[in-house]
Amino acid sequence: MLRTPGASNSLSTPMKEAPMRTILLSLTSALALAAAVFPASAEGKLTVYTYESFTSEWGPGPQVKKAFEADCACTVDFVSVADGVALLNRVKLEGAATKADIVLGLDTNLTAEAKATGLFVPHAAGADVKVPGDWKDDTFVPYDYGYFAVVYDTEKLKNPPKSLKELVEGNPEEKIAIQDPRTSTPGLGLLLWVKSVYGDKAPEAWAKLKDRVLTVTPGWSEAYGLFTKGEAPMVLSYTTSPAYHMVAENTERYQAASFEEGHYLQIEVAGITTTGAKNPLAEKFMAFMTSPGFQDAVPETNWMLPAGKTDKPLNPAFDKLVKPAKTLIFSADEVAANRKAWVDEWLGVMSK
Amino acid sequence: MRGSAALAKSSTDPRIAAGVIALAAIGILIGGAFAGLGIEAVRNPQGAAAAFDSYLFRIARFTLWQALLSTLLSVVPAIFVARSLSRHPAFPGRSLILRLFAVPLALPAIVAALGILSLYGRAGYFAEPLAALTGGTWPGIYGLSGILVAHVFFNLPLATRLILEALQTVPTDQWRLASQLGMGARSSFRLIEWPAIQAALPGIAGLVFMLCITSFTIVLTLGGGPAATTLEVAIYQALRFDFDPARAVALTLLQIALTAIVVLVLMRLGANTTGDANLPVAQRSYIRAKAGERTLNVAAILIALAFVGGPMLATVASGLEADLGRLAGEASVQRATLTSIVLATLSATLAAMLALSLVMARRALAGSRVAGDKTLLERFTDTGAGFVLVVPPIVIGAGWFVLVRQSVDVFALAPIMVVTVNAVMAMPFAVRAVRPAYDTASERHERLCAQLGISGWNRLRLIDWPVLKRPLATAFAFAMALSLGDLGVIALFGSDAVQTLPYLLLARMGSYRTDDAAGLALMLGLLCLALTMLADRLGRETSK
Repeated sequence: MLRTPGASNSLSTPMKEAPMRTILLSLTSALALAAAVFPASAEGKLTVYTYESFTSEWGPGPQVKKAFEADCACTVDFVSVADGVALLNRVKLEGAATKADIVLGLDTNLTAEAKATGLFVPHAAGADVKVPGDWKDDTFVPYDYGYFAVVYDTEKLKNPPKSLKELVEGNPEEKIAIQDPRTSTPGLGLLLWVKSVYGDKAPEAWAKLKDRVLTVTPGWSEAYGLFTKGEAPMVLSYTTSPAYHMVAENTERYQAASFEEGHYLQIEVAGITTTGAKNPLAEKFMAFMTSPGFQDAVPETNWMLPAGKTDKPLNPAFDKLVKPAKTLIFSADEVAANRKAWVDEWLGVMSK
Repeated sequence: MRGSAALAKSSTDPRIAAGVIALAAIGILIGGAFAGLGIEAVRNPQGAAAAFDSYLFRIARFTLWQALLSTLLSVVPAIFVARSLSRHPAFPGRSLILRLFAVPLALPAIVAALGILSLYGRAGYFAEPLAALTGGTWPGIYGLSGILVAHVFFNLPLATRLILEALQTVPTDQWRLASQLGMGARSSFRLIEWPAIQAALPGIAGLVFMLCITSFTIVLTLGGGPAATTLEVAIYQALRFDFDPARAVALTLLQIALTAIVVLVLMRLGANTTGDANLPVAQRSYIRAKAGERTLNVAAILIALAFVGGPMLATVASGLEADLGRLAGEASVQRATLTSIVLATLSATLAAMLALSLVMARRALAGSRVAGDKTLLERFTDTGAGFVLVVPPIVIGAGWFVLVRQSVDVFALAPIMVVTVNAVMAMPFAVRAVRPAYDTASERHERLCAQLGISGWNRLRLIDWPVLKRPLATAFAFAMALSLGDLGVIALFGSDAVQTLPYLLLARMGSYRTDDAAGLALMLGLLCLALTMLADRLGRETSK
């Protein structure tokens, strides 16, 4: 019978423990066997928490996994929850015991709150990243970005608004579908956009815009669905939305309106958790994330703009997109400090 | 059979034991969720008080108002439609209509909303005639009217089927008698049909009310703005966006309290009928509708069919534009279809078992009650268990996630969560479908069973099963339809293990693929129809 020296000292009746040991031993050997059968898991595993559209079959997930696994001799395990907000909640709830090595898919409106959890560690990656406004952070690395924009149907709307001011003051018969800032990222984006342009006058702007709002949907999908169904000639979406219609549907019918005041920016980021700090693959993945192997997948799967270098040029459709003259963005801390007050202010005007 | 002997027997009645087990299971599911959130809430309790501001009272008022109106507009017409259907058992396409009536429940809210908008929206088929009628451009149905139209679309068919289920408990002897006495439509409604409907109505109205009070996507999308919003939205926001369990728990309790008030009022309006204890001897239906009545009945059925079928046809039309061949060939679609079928079948089976246990226990408790008030246990097996409907699935999901996150692999738990939560949410529907038949059968067989000493499994198999097959099939069909829809229980768990058809539909919609989503909606509707037909067939075949 096998016994470890330490155990023999502490056990007064070693024979009683024998069955337990046999079980443990056979379990260990079973595990060893399993490890031999599935070598990948023995060489290393990287767990990445992300949002669902990232890992869906048409999202970047499958390509990214293949490209990274090709030269890391490891397994990438994606765990996907509903969206960026659910992602942060999940990590918060799991705390230091989280299985995530990397959390990928927070946006810059959530980073302040994420940092405050103390669950993320500084990184060494991101030197090759370029996003508008030179957004930089010691904990989170951008992997893509996009601008919010009013997307319109060229067949229904001959004179699209050329500025946020024109949107606010335009013909109330020409409707726009927007999202609720309480439940949706683009919804919060529009709120911040209006705030960054109108400042203290934001409530007055919303009071005018309200007549033009067809409805306020819980998420992006519902609003975009109403838009493509023809219910509203305008929808709040991204400057990159027309690229999808050009590339996948070969139509230039849907276009983004370029606004004089500039467009509000959304940056999607990833960070290494305290769990991931112990996994050498985590830093490796972060470096990979800003390299062409990852970035090539971003434009036509996530329909966002790549934050790092790509190997191949972007589809020509992306050259036709609106390029904002000015980038608008609040710092993560400003958003964290004011979000509730600003949403309440919005609610006060919109629920009258 | 009222007396001490009956009372003594009741303590060993296995039906009560089954009910207690079912209640315990439901209690654990809901209680566990509240415990999980409660632990988190205690750490940061301020959120609960902060939730009660003037905005909250505004939305609470709107929540109640729209739910009451929706219930009224769904249930009252349903009485006429159900009665018409019951008086015309040979109406052409009747069974197809009844099956179609289960489909709305399976459709994700956004699919139904888009279907309704294809008719009544700004760009809908009726927009031009409506614009011509009203002068100027048709503004669409955004606002309270849109919410009501959508809620009636969901709930009129549901209420119709459940009322019809109650009408089918009327013994054929009564119809024979009515026919012999030459009763007209009005007197047979007053004397025969109304008592049966009245007994079931509060429960059905309560069910519809609960569905409307917890409405979320419909209210936000068709409501036109945050003035039209429900408490459910505030609960969702508290959990998903702010992760403030204290506020979520406080709002959920408020929602339960508001519902309880309305449901209690509804119960007062109801009546306890004594039922008919005689075994039916008449074999066929004796309803003979006169020409005038027939016209009205046919009109009621056709209007309801047009109202419910219209948005469904629109959904089919946009679904046919999708590349259905490619979709059906995709591995992910096939996998999701299979996952949906398996999960829905499991949930529906569980829901039917829970419902039957509760219905049997309620009946046994009511039978053994000596006099006076119902006991707490009886109340719980009756209306009480139905309150699970106003506990938002996201609260259950998040609560359990918090509770088990440190001890269990949450991934393995995701499918179990989906099955159990769907089953418990579908249980109240199943109860409404099964209860009238069971109570009627019990009224007839209770003494016989007591005399012959038949109880437990033998009684279920020999006495109850033959009469319960058809209502159980209805219950099963509804439960399955409801379980096919996506409830968003597992937002935090991670959905990789449970990619169902509605999940896939919403995912495609979320990545610009609206055509795919429309195609999947069509497939989901067809799947629901197929499963409903299967359930109906099982209910009928075995009843020979």
